Amino acid sequence: MSGGTALTKDEMAAMVARDIPPGSYVNLGIGQPTLVADHLTAGSGVVLHTENGMLNMGPAATGGPDDPVDRDLTNAGKQPVTELPGSSYFSSADSFAMMRGGHLDVCVLGAFQVSAGGDLANWHTGEPDAIPAVGGAMDLAIGAKRVFVMMTLFAKDGTPKLVPSCTYPLTGVGRVDRVYTDVAVFQVGPSGATVLDTFGVSYDELAERLDVPLARPS
Amino acid sequence: MSAAFCDSAAEAVAGVEDGSTVLVGGFGMAGMPVQLIDALIDQGAGDLTVVSNNAGNGDSGLAALLAKGRVRKVICSFPRQHDSWVFDRLYRDGKIELELVPQGNLAERMRAAGAGIGAFYCPTGVGTPLADGKETREIGGRTYLLEYPIRGDVALICAHRADRMGNLVYRRTARNFGPVMATAATTVVAQVTEVVDTGELDPEAVVTPSIYVDRVVVA
Repeated sequence: MSGGTALTKDEMAAMVARDIPPGSYVNLGIGQPTLVADHLTAGSGVVLHTENGMLNMGPAATGGPDDPVDRDLTNAGKQPVTELPGSSYFSSADSFAMMRGGHLDVCVLGAFQVSAGGDLANWHTGEPDAIPAVGGAMDLAIGAKRVFVMMTLFAKDGTPKLVPSCTYPLTGVGRVDRVYTDVAVFQVGPSGATVLDTFGVSYDELAERLDVPLARPS
Repeated sequence: MSAAFCDSAAEAVAGVEDGSTVLVGGFGMAGMPVQLIDALIDQGAGDLTVVSNNAGNGDSGLAALLAKGRVRKVICSFPRQHDSWVFDRLYRDGKIELELVPQGNLAERMRAAGAGIGAFYCPTGVGTPLADGKETREIGGRTYLLEYPIRGDVALICAHRADRMGNLVYRRTARNFGPVMATAATTVVAQVTEVVDTGELDPEAVVTPSIYVDRVVVA
C-alpha cells in the first residue's frame, strides 16, 4: 500500500485499525491513538479497554438528547464516552491486573522516541521544569501482548523519533513491535528496524535521514 | 461493626490528624469525593500525604485542598493535566513533594496493603528512571522490581449507593480506585448518592463489602 504522499493522522489511525486482528482486546492510549477507534468497524469484534476500569467502551458521548454526557463515564483522557452492550466495569486494581497479566492483545501508544530495539520513551521529556506524568503507560508497555506505537517520524525540529537508543527517559524496554508513522511503517525489536511500508518517501531517503540501520522486508 | 452513618460530611471526616496519609478516590473528577474533601478543608488537618491518581483538576476537590497548603506530598500517577494549574504552580515553586508511581503500581500497592501482603515483585517500570533504587529480581527469566504497600490512615471515596450496613456499589467508571482504597486505610469514609435499606442491594452485585467501610454520608 505504499503511496505517494505522507499520511494524515486519520490515515495513520485507519492503517493501525486495519492491522488490529478481529476480536482483539485493545487499549488505545490518550492523544492520537484515540483516533484508531473511529476506524474500527462494527463487525471487527474489537473490544476497547480503558484503564480507568471498563471493557467494551463505546464512542465519545455527543451530549445530544439521546446521549447525555455522564460525568461518571469517561475514557482515560477523562473525556465523556458511552457504553456498548456487553460492557463491564471494574476497579483500577483489576484493570491493571488484566493489563499486567497479559490479557490485552494490543495497545496503541504515542511516543516521543522509539529505539530500533523496541524501547519506548513517551512519558517525560526530562527537562528540569517539566512535570513528569506516567499514568498507565509503563503498565501498558510491559503488559499488552503487542505494543504498537503511532507517531510522526520526525519531531517539529526535524530530528528523527526512531533512534538507535532513546535519549528521553524510558517507559519500557524492548516491548514495542510496530511503529506506525506518517511516512513509513516499521517492525522493531531484537533484530532491529525493518521498513514495512513507505508513504511519500523512498527507502533510500529514509535510510539517509535515520541513524538506524534499516532492513527491507524479506 | 457496621458502618456509622453520619449526618454531615464534617462529622464524616472528624478526627483526621495533621500528618495523616489520606487516600483520595477518583480518576479526574469521576469518583472524586468532593464533599468529603471540602469538609476536610474546613476540618483543618494539614501536613498531609495525599495518595490519588491525579493531583487535582480545576479549582475544586483535591485541587482546593492543595491550594490551601494542606498537602506536603502527593503520591500519584498523573499530576500533569490541562487543568492541573494548582499542582503545577506548587510543584514548580518547590512547595509540594511528588512521588510518581505508575498507575497499576499505585493500585497494586494499595491492594497489597489491604490484603496483608508485605511486598511484591512487579515488572512495571523495569529499566526506567522509576526503577532507581529498587531491588530487582529475576524470576522465570523476567526482571521484576520489589514494590512496597501503600497504606492510608484515612480513605475518602465516592460510591453510588450504600445499604445500612455499609455495603457499597459504584457507578460506571467512577468506581476506579474506590474499592482498592476501601481496603487499604484504617478509617474508610464513603460519600454516597443514596442509602437503601439493608437487603435492598443485590448481594451478588456488592462491590465493597461492609467490613471495609467505617463511615458513610449522603452527599
